[in-house]
Amino acid sequence: MQTRRDLLKRSAIVAGLLAGTGLFPQYALAYNKGAFEAKSVADVLKALGAGAPTESKEVTISGPDIAENGAVVPLTASTTIAGVKQMLILVEKNPAALVARYDVTDSVEANFATRSKMGQSSDVYAVAITADGKAFFAKKEVKVTLGGCGG
Amino acid sequence: MADPMRIRAQVSGDKATVRVLMSHEMESGQRKDAAGNTVPAWFIQEVTASLNGKVVLSADWGPAVSKNPFLQFTVKGAKAGDKLAVTWKDTKGETRTDEATVS
Amino acid sequence: MLRSIVGAALLLLACTAPAVWAQKTAVQSIEEYRAMLQDGNPADLFEAKGEDLWKQQRGPKAATLERCDLGKGAGVVKGAFTELPRFFADTQRVQDLESRLLSCMETLQGFNAAEIAKTPFDKGEQKTLTALATWIAAESKGMKFNLSQAHPEERTFYEVGKRLFFQRAGPHDFACATCHGQDEKRIRLQDLPNLTKNPGDGVGFAAWPAYRVSNGQMWGMQQRLNDCYRQQRFPYPGFGSDATIALSVYLGVNSQGSVSVAPAIKR
Repeated sequence: MQTRRDLLKRSAIVAGLLAGTGLFPQYALAYNKGAFEAKSVADVLKALGAGAPTESKEVTISGPDIAENGAVVPLTASTTIAGVKQMLILVEKNPAALVARYDVTDSVEANFATRSKMGQSSDVYAVAITADGKAFFAKKEVKVTLGGCGG
Repeated sequence: MADPMRIRAQVSGDKATVRVLMSHEMESGQRKDAAGNTVPAWFIQEVTASLNGKVVLSADWGPAVSKNPFLQFTVKGAKAGDKLAVTWKDTKGETRTDEATVS
Repeated sequence: MLRSIVGAALLLLACTAPAVWAQKTAVQSIEEYRAMLQDGNPADLFEAKGEDLWKQQRGPKAATLERCDLGKGAGVVKGAFTELPRFFADTQRVQDLESRLLSCMETLQGFNAAEIAKTPFDKGEQKTLTALATWIAAESKGMKFNLSQAHPEERTFYEVGKRLFFQRAGPHDFACATCHGQDEKRIRLQDLPNLTKNPGDGVGFAAWPAYRVSNGQMWGMQQRLNDCYRQQRFPYPGFGSDATIALSVYLGVNSQGSVSVAPAIKR
């Protein structure tokens, strides 16, 4: 059963991740180098930005429970929230948390699948960011049986 | 010149599910070679897709995307015969565009 | 008193039973992971390359491989993979796909087969061989293995392959059979198919060439066998050597009738 503390803690982590990416609350649409270099969750939490992202049942992150190999982990981020401008895929314990960022236009569904490297078992996040800068997330644990970054 | 992508775009109603396989090392910059030297980062940073010339998808990728990347997305308002083009650009400035017909 | 005990028991059952039913085994999770990767196999990229290379004029003779006989006649690719290895009259050898491609590259295109055989996997013309093997295997995808044992050499190779399979050697005293000689074996989370018999559709012999996600490499059967030797700490077999072909005959004949899923995707 979800305690309020758990919920707040998860929101804080995502806020930290987003703030560290440099994308929140103002979402730059040009390639954001800093976003993709933001390192550990701790560093990211240091630069906590305004507005806490909230967990939402309208955001989905799907992927395997166990990845046989961390080099290739299929992840799908989707949302049914209206007015979403961007979707992010994040792997909390990777050297840099942000995996991919997708612009959501009128011509494409807010549903993107790609494959990510995971250095170790970790929570993975899908984050949807709306036009007014609000962020919503879903997370899931993916266990990795062999590291995908070097081994 | 980089190897071609494999693009499949299948229509279902008024949407098309697009699946792309790209040929790329996606070197994260985390790996060390046999001699112990770090293999420099080299990966696709930007991906765009257009339907009949109009941009429908734009995405930024980091080094964590897997080697020989796979991407799936759904384009609205697509019909059989439409042209779906995908372009990637990597950290070395290399780029590749491939096209497929929606079927 | 009885009512409360029964009540408590029912509550306990209600709480624990669904948890047990909902629990997925690790093996099931791995199977789901593998299923998720089936669509969008990077082997497709090698397949496309292989098809191009078959039709491209290459080598000192600037010729294509379109007249290469893979066992069903010059240039016939469909159905060839599931009948290999087999005896070839022109070379008077039992050959697998990769050694046969090497013969064709030498005879038709003028490449130096010995040099290519010495080239490490994933380098130079070895990349060509892998791509070709991937495409040729794909052209027989879904077909059943149907290796010939009609020729005496083919039968000899089967027997040699069997003996090699069971031969214990190397510093660990391993044989192929150590890992692949019984049912229900596994290494960590990977099931080890029993290769002394038909292990089922798309398993073992029927799953190579395959794209390995762990290193992002496309592996043909030659590289798969080479790596088995490495894992057993045996000396490396020669590329396209009789030993590797004999083992392939043994594995292939054992999986007679099973469906090929090559090129597959693997850990």
